[in-house]
Amino acid sequence: MKFVDEFRDGALAQGIARAIHAEAKPHRRYAFMEFCGGHTHAIARYGIPDLLPTNVRMIHGPGCPVCVLPIGRIDLAIHLAIKRGVILCTYGDTLRVPASDGLSLLRAKARGGDIRMIYSPEDALRIARDNPGREVVLFAIGFETTTPPTAVALMNAEREDLGNFSVLCCHVLTPAAIAHILDSPEVRNLGLVALDGFIGPAHVSTIIGSQPYEFFAEEYRKPVVIAGFEPLDVMQAILMLVRQVNACRFSVENEFTRAVTREGNRRAQALVVECFELRKHFEWRGLGEVSYSALKIRERFARFDAEARFDLAYQPAPDHKACACGAILRGVKQPIDCTLFGTVCTPDTPMGSCMVSSEGACAAHYTYGRHRSTA
Amino acid sequence: MCLAIPTRVIEVHNEFEAIVELAGVRKLVSIALVENVQVGDFVILHVGHALTKLDPDEARKTLELMAEAGLAVDPATA
Repeated sequence: MKFVDEFRDGALAQGIARAIHAEAKPHRRYAFMEFCGGHTHAIARYGIPDLLPTNVRMIHGPGCPVCVLPIGRIDLAIHLAIKRGVILCTYGDTLRVPASDGLSLLRAKARGGDIRMIYSPEDALRIARDNPGREVVLFAIGFETTTPPTAVALMNAEREDLGNFSVLCCHVLTPAAIAHILDSPEVRNLGLVALDGFIGPAHVSTIIGSQPYEFFAEEYRKPVVIAGFEPLDVMQAILMLVRQVNACRFSVENEFTRAVTREGNRRAQALVVECFELRKHFEWRGLGEVSYSALKIRERFARFDAEARFDLAYQPAPDHKACACGAILRGVKQPIDCTLFGTVCTPDTPMGSCMVSSEGACAAHYTYGRHRSTA
Repeated sequence: MCLAIPTRVIEVHNEFEAIVELAGVRKLVSIALVENVQVGDFVILHVGHALTKLDPDEARKTLELMAEAGLAVDPATA
């Protein structure tokens, strides 16, 4: 596949690995957070830690929308399907996330909820057109990558006057989460998490551009390198971060120039602004309430807003007591530090959200890394 | 969740719809989010929508930079 295979070349990876070994100074430690689940997955799948010197460490970030979706939001979706009789359309990733009362969307489906897995928001619109007598709700989760497609669906619903379609909006914002991590006591005061720089999102950045990260580089003096999701992209970004740290620089660099510009996708940004506004507060699993970190549907589209339409009230719900997803999402713990990891919590029977999506730190480590690190 | 794949545009129906191809699989997708999509362009596809075009010149330059990084170090000494 063009634009994929050439960025998985083993010989090139060895070359970049040699450069990282040569340039990383042996007397210092380098700790970089890959924000995105897509990077976490690539790092685990391609065994990137094996190619790095021992003093260069990657910390998994919270950039997996399935992982940070709090139980209370999934409870709302289950409520709509079971109690309100809607057809709930959802991306496959959310189906197995544990919710309250031992339920998940998949178990709610087994109990008779009409929950349908979709590939695209357009599928939800089609289901609404095909079922004019039923309420159809799109359970819209995701970062800036997934928000513009939801905006297109809202515009189409308005244009078609599709009265039985609505959206349960759970879209969240990357820069707000990065700021939250940098402001957290673990990073700022306690020194529990040493962070020397970030690998910035690939596909989120195709939409928002590289400009929003300039604030972090300047204000927090942390280098950011935006990277594609292929293994060579990640390796090259690590090399670029090592070089910035060595030179005491902290700027935003873009490794993913084949798809990301400084401005991003203006057309998509304009659509998102037209359809959504900032929420004052939104709960993230692991991070808690984060101000101005999520989007809600604008008044103009209120009739397509499932929260208004079904008069939904958000109720926070606690995670499993022994689950370390929260600490893992903040970079404080690693998957193997969790007592549930690999015992009761596996990708087949996930207890916590990080074990659900293949991009979750626990699922990635379970699938690709657990034998390596125990060896 | 942000999973997205590079696909090649093989037919443009109008400013909203196009057919893309990946490894022999063809699919009707939305190009509403990207301006001026042409047949032959590569676009990044996510939940049925093209998010952006891929720039082949920039891809080539990135691969050259990667090759350069490895060449600068002698494998025998690294």
